[in-house]
Amino acid sequence: MSTADVTGPAAEVTGPAAEVTGPAAEVTGPTAELTGPTAELTGARLDPARQPSYRLGPVRSWIRFLRSELSLVFLRWRNLALLAVLAAIPVLVGVALKLSAPQAGGGNGQGPAFLDQVAGNGVFLALLSLTVLLTLVLPLVVAVVAGDSVAGEAGHGTLRYLLAIPAGRARLLGVKYAAVVVFGLAACGVVTAASLAVGAALFPVGPVTLLSGTTISLGAGLLRIVFVTLYVAAAMAALAAIGLAISTLTEHPIGAIAAILVLALASEVSDSVPQFAVVHPYLPTHWWLSFDALLRSPIAWPDLMHGLASFGAYVIIFGAIAWARFTTADVTS
Amino acid sequence: MSAASRAAGQRDEISFGRPDDGPLPGEPGQLPAGPGQLPAEARQLPGDAGPAITTSGLAKRFRGGQLAVGGIDLAVPHGSVYGFLGPNGSGKTTTIRMLLGLVHPTSGSHELLGVPMPAGANAVLSRVGSLVEGPAFYSQLSGKANLARYDAADRTADPRTADARICGALDRVGLLSAARKHYRAYSLGMKQRLAIAAGLLGPRELLILDEPTNGLDPQGTREVRGLIREIAADGTTVFVSSHLLAEVEQICSHVGVMRTGKLVFQGTLGQLRSRGATRILVRTAQPARAAEVLAGLGLADVQAGQHEASGQLGGQPPEEVCAQLVQAGVPVAGLDTPRPSLEDLFVELTGEGFDVDG
Repeated sequence: MSTADVTGPAAEVTGPAAEVTGPAAEVTGPTAELTGPTAELTGARLDPARQPSYRLGPVRSWIRFLRSELSLVFLRWRNLALLAVLAAIPVLVGVALKLSAPQAGGGNGQGPAFLDQVAGNGVFLALLSLTVLLTLVLPLVVAVVAGDSVAGEAGHGTLRYLLAIPAGRARLLGVKYAAVVVFGLAACGVVTAASLAVGAALFPVGPVTLLSGTTISLGAGLLRIVFVTLYVAAAMAALAAIGLAISTLTEHPIGAIAAILVLALASEVSDSVPQFAVVHPYLPTHWWLSFDALLRSPIAWPDLMHGLASFGAYVIIFGAIAWARFTTADVTS
Repeated sequence: MSAASRAAGQRDEISFGRPDDGPLPGEPGQLPAGPGQLPAEARQLPGDAGPAITTSGLAKRFRGGQLAVGGIDLAVPHGSVYGFLGPNGSGKTTTIRMLLGLVHPTSGSHELLGVPMPAGANAVLSRVGSLVEGPAFYSQLSGKANLARYDAADRTADPRTADARICGALDRVGLLSAARKHYRAYSLGMKQRLAIAAGLLGPRELLILDEPTNGLDPQGTREVRGLIREIAADGTTVFVSSHLLAEVEQICSHVGVMRTGKLVFQGTLGQLRSRGATRILVRTAQPARAAEVLAGLGLADVQAGQHEASGQLGGQPPEEVCAQLVQAGVPVAGLDTPRPSLEDLFVELTGEGFDVDG
């Protein structure tokens, strides 16, 4: 099944080229279908009309490709450092709040949402962190990975080899997008997990009082926080689609990353200018903080649905742009 | 007269007889003849299978308006080692990128292994190994992990045999001992060889290699040449671009010569050679007498030196000329038929020096 099953013969393939048949043939032992490709590795003449005798199902081959892509994304030091930063910021925020708790206790209503609740219930640190990080750091992290996705391969020249293999342009794009979405989800998950850990360590934890005033059990509250995290991840998936489209336009990942960030920040700025109220609902960042709809009882579905519809629209539009561009572009890098 | 002689002096002649200086690598074909667009000779010649690559009027004009490739008709016979020659900037790499579907042609069409491109790219490219414009890998991964990455991208690759295939390919290029080394620690030659290994991950019917010996030391160059011969001997068609004439002369059965986006010659290596006028050179104590005989035989451009006489052989067999000389009482001490070097022919086709025309 997995590649691990065939690691054995690796050591045996040490002889000169002519001997490769030996070990390769040994691998074929258990399954008859393997004989074809391995025997042909040695260069037997092929019938061109013949289909490859082994054909992985499209789904399984896609998953294999995605796994390879995920290991590239998640084993990259830069990306791990970004995740570490995301984990560190809630720790800093938590410690700072703990040290300044007497003043914050006044509850003067200044500062970001959920700031005042943290001292009373550590669970709120997750919501505070997500709110704070959504303004810059989370979009930055997603922009780095999304901007690098296609442009990075093009810049390295690996894109031409992936396409000549052939990975398939649409298939490659799909795998790239899925990997960025997974990374965005991981980024949001890291923030939430770190916040909950720090919040529980530094502050009292108990039943959660929602924004609508209702108090629910700690378990139900944590479930709401999981949904909030997923909502934020969906927002990041929309940003990732924009990033992917931008990434197909260039072979300079830094340029793509900068463009995505500029776009996100421009959207946030526009969103805070009252004169632009007409366009606010259509801005990509407008619905990012609407996750507080999940913190009401009952859940404020219209807001939530607006947000998710906005994300979905951005995914579809920019996914289509990325596809249209990438499947027709000349790869000259 | 052989096809080679007929082709002499004709540009753009497309005919594939067996090269006069050695048999084609590979055996008579099992390939069905590809559809249409082929010069008649290529279809009718016995012992030749359908072509591995055909292009018809393939052209690329980049957005800047620059014409990189101006309508070329390649015909790469199955089982051949096809040397794709041309000076830098003559459109070789753009052509290769079009063949692989990386760059979309402005006009024209092409087929790989009888499958129309780029529509059939996903179906046919897994049977084609390629090296395009130098190696490109992930520097943070080991050599082996890099090949595993490319293998994972191939939807026709069997994950169960991946390890064996990767190790086999690494072994074939002599990199097995460096398999776990980081790519960034590889020397240029090792990087180049890893790129060739990536082209050998699966069973290939066609290898498209763009400057495979670029950056290699003499030993590495020899190894790559040996590898190409070995691969070709297995029946794989090899399409190799190069500007190294010595390399082409040693491994190729066929050549195509590019000049500023145009295919100025295509045929067997023998056909290319026979384009140049072969001379006969007679070493003798009586050069004047020999020159007389040569002139009497109708040879053009007869010259007499101090110890030798020479003339353009034309179509005359040298053994005949020798017999005539001996009959005429010329003491023949030595006889030679020096051919124009491939370099001379190449320069004749592609222009002298650094002039970029067009």
